[in-house]
Amino acid sequence: MIFDFVEILFTAGFWAATIRIACPLIFATLGELICERAGVLNLGIEGIMSVGAMVGWMAVYQGADLYSGILIAAFVGAMFGLLHAIFSVYLGASQHVTGIGITMLASSLGFFSFKLILPYSTTPPKIEPFQPIDIPFLSDIPFLGEALFQHTPFTYLAIISVVFIFWLINSTPFGLSIKMAGENPMALEAQGIDVLLVRSMAVILGSALMAVGGAYLTMSAFDAFYFGMVNGRGWIAIALVIFATWKPERALLGALLFAGLDAYQVRAQQLAGAVIPYQFFLMMPFLLSIVAMIIAAKKTRYPKALLIPFRRGERH
Amino acid sequence: MLALLEIKDISKRFGNLVANDKISFTQMQGEVLAILGENGAGKTTLMNILFGHYKPDSGEIVFRGSKLPAGKPGNAIEVGIGMVHQHFTLAENLTVLENIIIGEQSLLSFSLPQKSARKKLQDLSDRFGLPINPDTIVANLSVSEKQRLEILKTLYRDCTLLILDEPTAALTPQETDSLFSTIKNMVKNGLSVILISHKLNEILAVSDRIVVLRHGKLVGEVVTSKANRTEIAEMIVGGTVNYPKKEKSSPGKEVMRLENISCNPINESTKGLNGVDISLFEGQILGIAGVTGNGQTSLAKMMSGHLKPKNGELFFDKKRIEVFNPKKFMELGVAYIPEDRNIDGLVADMSVWENAVITEISDEKLGNTLGFLNNSSCNDAAQILCETYDVRTQTLQQPARLLSGGNVQKLLLGRWLIRQPKVLIACQPTRGLDEGAIASIQKLILDVRKKGNAVLLITEDLDELLKLSDTVSVIYNGKLSNSFSAEGLDRARVGLMMAGEGFYD
Repeated sequence: MIFDFVEILFTAGFWAATIRIACPLIFATLGELICERAGVLNLGIEGIMSVGAMVGWMAVYQGADLYSGILIAAFVGAMFGLLHAIFSVYLGASQHVTGIGITMLASSLGFFSFKLILPYSTTPPKIEPFQPIDIPFLSDIPFLGEALFQHTPFTYLAIISVVFIFWLINSTPFGLSIKMAGENPMALEAQGIDVLLVRSMAVILGSALMAVGGAYLTMSAFDAFYFGMVNGRGWIAIALVIFATWKPERALLGALLFAGLDAYQVRAQQLAGAVIPYQFFLMMPFLLSIVAMIIAAKKTRYPKALLIPFRRGERH
Repeated sequence: MLALLEIKDISKRFGNLVANDKISFTQMQGEVLAILGENGAGKTTLMNILFGHYKPDSGEIVFRGSKLPAGKPGNAIEVGIGMVHQHFTLAENLTVLENIIIGEQSLLSFSLPQKSARKKLQDLSDRFGLPINPDTIVANLSVSEKQRLEILKTLYRDCTLLILDEPTAALTPQETDSLFSTIKNMVKNGLSVILISHKLNEILAVSDRIVVLRHGKLVGEVVTSKANRTEIAEMIVGGTVNYPKKEKSSPGKEVMRLENISCNPINESTKGLNGVDISLFEGQILGIAGVTGNGQTSLAKMMSGHLKPKNGELFFDKKRIEVFNPKKFMELGVAYIPEDRNIDGLVADMSVWENAVITEISDEKLGNTLGFLNNSSCNDAAQILCETYDVRTQTLQQPARLLSGGNVQKLLLGRWLIRQPKVLIACQPTRGLDEGAIASIQKLILDVRKKGNAVLLITEDLDELLKLSDTVSVIYNGKLSNSFSAEGLDRARVGLMMAGEGFYD
């Protein structure tokens, strides 16, 4: 019995599932991370993921190809990011209130327009989603090949985006400005850079990534859209940002850890479902994530200017 | 000489406050121009306009013969104006080099020129004698190193006019001297400097010309070599400063006594107390001299009930005190002026009236019978406090953080004095205040003594200490010396004791 539980870890299917489950979280966590590094909490994440899931899917359903679907989802996410930036950055409104407002607006608007476009569908219509591609040679390696190299292109895009965001934050002037905007915006202003512009760009870019994370759900993990399918992944991403201590490479790690727990509990359910109620297993990833958060976040140093609106030309 | 900078008729208002009122002056190439004035005179506002943080309501700035577009620091930096702000503008989580190179390139470019930046920084360091390690995280720098970094930041952007806003506020005397030699070195290298300060001595030592601001207006312009000290001092405050005189007062009965008290330190940067004995007498001021961090904070917190001693005994009116909490001590009649007034004294984002009545909210006069405050009685109480203790505020509703340092201190002191305390524990009561405010605060402290109450005065300023105190003790490494009569006390001897002479472990 115990052996069966350990054996799960040695199946390639478990690792492949972990990576699949991690992908939407990777996009979303990177997106939130960019926003927060610039000093803006983006609680619009859950709604932006929803609308991304809907828009990406709908574009493909209406005849766009899959890659255009991703771009369209990103664009719509960016527009919601712009809305967030207008309120929280330019008008200096409360980031909490703005974010929750955007989540409510975006998720409802997403489902509402879905119903407008497809009013009579009872069973969710399906699209032809991204298919796994075998990477030549690498996919033939036993175990590793199945675990790592037989994924959809969208999955590889998630990994590429970690590298891209890592590079952006650590090696470009824009990344440096983002870090400074979240730490001491006055330092940025005093060097002649427009703090509001930097923060807005970060929120727009971050929101686009969130929407792409949502689109992964309907275009790679699954092939249909239904209401509530994001199911709290946005909120998990917010916790993962803290777990990641605002670093992209650790965001990848956190997303994989959470996804691993999730993949594991599904398999553990099947083994012990008769003895232990399945709800217990469903709970496990969240419980263990909380424990991991407590351990990891102990020494966490928040971006100092997070949540603080920057207002130009006021007395300080 | 060529005119480098012309400030023409600059005005700026914040709400009802006229921060700058038609200010005009000219700065020559290669000149060190000092802008003097009390806190709140409008010096920083003017510099923030020059550097582009603020847009002026009217007026214009001409730099090297062409008009400087208002409202963008980027424009100022581009033409060669650099500013070192009073509160450092550094990102503490980044390295020295990162703080320097940001802004040099377009945000759209793909790489950071770390290598060439490193070389340029090294050259500047050598040329101006400002050594710094480019890879240190800024949070790990000392105050003077941070300032060095701020200066290097402006030099890196090829600044030719450097604005230094209160650069010596957080520096030790040695660091100040070294800053001034840096300034002289810069002028030799062809830079011009604007120096903002409220410390007259420093300005006289280093500037070529002085501009004095008061209440947002330019009230005087003098060449430093022809300047008359008293004349400038009067220009700054708008009249003569009346420093209070200590009158004779003989000690009454003992109010508070500490016997062999020891405490643990409150944090890593301070010392605790080690077997301290103190007696406070009615009508007397006991001054505690010492270098900051030798246990002064622990002493003040313990004597105001914020900190429980590890051992030893404290008597108030001959009764032994068992319970150490601030409320209890307040009820006994102990008043406490914390050393960091903006953090421990004031709720900066709350209004002036709220701050004025916050210690009195359990008083029924404020309408607190059913757990509600009566707004108009609170306002009346705050009004009375502000009038009695000369707290100058535009409205009682404005956030307390907009008050100047002197007015904050008068508010905090007044809040206690209105309760008629028997003992006043005053920790660094005049630190960072301008001359007029210092005189008012000193007068309030002497009034406490005059009324026959006891004062414990902790201050770094030895002149102030000797002037106000009746007796003086020196604190070193958590231990307290015997007390001496302040009259005729040898400064040099106190200085030596502050450095630890005469203290044994």
